Amino acid sequence: MDFNDSHEEAAYRAQVKTWLEANAPKAHVGSDPEGSDSLADSRAWQAKKAAAGYACITWPKEWGGQGGTPLQSVIFGQEEANYPIPGNPFQIGLGMCVPTVMNFADEATKARFSGPAIRGEEIWCQLFSEPSGGSDVAAARTKAERASDGSGDWIINGQKVWTTGAQFSDFGIVIVRTDPTVPKHKGLTMFWIDMKDPAVEVKPIHQMSGGSGFNEVFFTDLRIKDSQRLGGIGDGWKVSLVTLMNERLAVGGATGMGWSQFMEAARQTPGMDGGPALKDSSLREKLADWYVQAEGLKHTRNRTMTALSRGQTPGPESSIGKIVSAVQMQDLANEALEMLDQYGIINDVDLAPQHGGFQSSVMFAPGLRIAGGTDEILKNIIAERVLGLPGDIRVDKDVAFKDMPTGR
Amino acid sequence: MNFDFSDDQKFLKGEARKFLEANCPTSQVRKVLEDDAKAYDADLWKAVAAQGWLGAAIPEAHGGLGLGHLELCVIAEELGRVVAPIPFASTVYMLAEAIMLAGTEAQKSAYLPKIAAGEIIGCLATSEGPGAVSAATLSASVDGGKLSGVKIPVTDGDIADVALVLAKEGGQPGLYLVDMAGVVREPLKTLDPTRDAAKVTFSGAKAERLGGAGEGLNLLEQILDRAAILLAFEQTGGADRSLEMAKDYALERYAFGRTIASYQAIKHKLADMYVKNELARSNAYYGAWALNTDASELPIAASAARIAASEAFWFASKENIQTHGGIGFTWQMDCHFYYRRSRQLSLVAGAPRIWKERLVSHLERRNAAA
Repeated sequence: MDFNDSHEEAAYRAQVKTWLEANAPKAHVGSDPEGSDSLADSRAWQAKKAAAGYACITWPKEWGGQGGTPLQSVIFGQEEANYPIPGNPFQIGLGMCVPTVMNFADEATKARFSGPAIRGEEIWCQLFSEPSGGSDVAAARTKAERASDGSGDWIINGQKVWTTGAQFSDFGIVIVRTDPTVPKHKGLTMFWIDMKDPAVEVKPIHQMSGGSGFNEVFFTDLRIKDSQRLGGIGDGWKVSLVTLMNERLAVGGATGMGWSQFMEAARQTPGMDGGPALKDSSLREKLADWYVQAEGLKHTRNRTMTALSRGQTPGPESSIGKIVSAVQMQDLANEALEMLDQYGIINDVDLAPQHGGFQSSVMFAPGLRIAGGTDEILKNIIAERVLGLPGDIRVDKDVAFKDMPTGR
Repeated sequence: MNFDFSDDQKFLKGEARKFLEANCPTSQVRKVLEDDAKAYDADLWKAVAAQGWLGAAIPEAHGGLGLGHLELCVIAEELGRVVAPIPFASTVYMLAEAIMLAGTEAQKSAYLPKIAAGEIIGCLATSEGPGAVSAATLSASVDGGKLSGVKIPVTDGDIADVALVLAKEGGQPGLYLVDMAGVVREPLKTLDPTRDAAKVTFSGAKAERLGGAGEGLNLLEQILDRAAILLAFEQTGGADRSLEMAKDYALERYAFGRTIASYQAIKHKLADMYVKNELARSNAYYGAWALNTDASELPIAASAARIAASEAFWFASKENIQTHGGIGFTWQMDCHFYYRRSRQLSLVAGAPRIWKERLVSHLERRNAAA
């Protein structure tokens, strides 16, 4: 048991370090990773990586990737994180959308899209969630119908929601209902679409946190070719599972305010007796709990890396990350607010400790607990896929979609 | 990155599981629980000694297998899984580890081979009453090599041959090795009768200091750091078994026409258990690495391992009973073995709240040094 790279890993890391030292940006360009103001920087960095063979490391060579190992990709990510690199608006496209295209599209389509995506010239978004179906993606109501002119084209009408990056995306993959007369999972089909088509309207969502990182996307008689279909008619659910499987490999979690920021703030904030709040035993107990959770997640990632390093499939333990980190983000930030007492209400980067990080965490945490699988859905996934417990009884399983009861 | 046990260590773990399934079914644990005269499972103790486990981490020169602490960790996890009713922790994690850490060559030669052979049982005697152990409340004392004082509770104090005792000498706390022959012990009623404890009264017992004069509390902290990691593996093993029991029962129990495992209230409860168990396991692994390499991070890693494992085992053992419903509250079911053991393991080497305070103190010192 050790934390050292294997011989091959060490060699790869050294090569990556050398390349980054020569090529990575040295100063932060200052931008909102969710926004589009840094797109030019992001594209430039992505193009540089692609030219050097550091974009899409794990993709097979026939897709234009490097045919590398997951661990090489992790090593590059670790080393890249040591530099002030611009935001990565390509993650959803390269992590989920384009692999779906590469798995299900015809040769011409694959040849057309992979290169520009890898080089950051074209950005993709994933259009799954709808106002009527967040956790229940298979309840999608956006519909595609055959054009009446016999061309074989499809006409799409409906609305998607919570689409990250739609405002600057060139293309997207969309799951739509092509047959409402069969049960919900069986009447779905996947397509790729041109996001710049005038029949596609993107409206930013004003989040409760004040920002606008996500969008609503409206389709009004969007006409597409049958050749844009990914997989068979009615196979959309199966295709989406491939997409979401790739999502699970794109590991994410809460960043920002953690135990060490809390500890620093507690050192500088007066407690009940005028001394540092860090001397308050109830805060110390909580601090210990957060540290232990954070360390637990860190070493769980180390276990995942070890499995990758040995060429094994990581165990299910990697599924616990977001459940733990999102809840902790909310609780820790709120505890910091309460520690600040009356002053905690101030949400001003110039006045609040840690540049208002605790206040913004409190306001963003509700979103993190929902995005990419709610706490509840993630617990279902652990219960069903890890522990082998039965799925919920589905009252809609054998009901034609059009006959399914709906609420708002 | 190689943050996992080796194939050999996993093989040892598999062998340990098979051995304990054959030699320590819960029916054996129940015999110790229900028989007041039975302080531990002597047959299992002999069998475990014959396997060489008592000396797994003791060097060959002192009669052990000379494997290492990672091997001891995998054995500990399996012992925790079956709630083994033997004085393994007292003898190996506490006494043997203390002697390996601070003993003179003569002390190592005198005790380690006997521990490895299963000839002596150890115990750690620090508590004298309710509340945390500290220099301020310590009254046991050593004078002219003779120890006097009362320790309560002392886990395995009624069966131990050698005690490691915290006592003052010239007003300074020290740790002392004491031969238990002739010492008065009174068995106590405890929450976990599968791991006995006693009130021990020393009246001029012969005592030999372990480690430096006045170093008792520092040394005790180091010993408990090491023990905490091994105990964390026992706790993780017990927590995993509790989750399995809950899962198995939920899958076969029907209510309202379906298995209770199909209700989200149960599924989410079991998912919560899984999350805590994995956090405990990952922290325990880091502790194992720190213990095996004697890393400077050991005190922080030990604290985190102990806190996470205590939380996981408590949660899993209590929610296992809850998942079982009424039958889980009966004497005849095994659920309470794990509930009892989770209390025993959380309290035997400093309660979690003490470790949380220690952890934050260490983090403060680390930050100040950085």
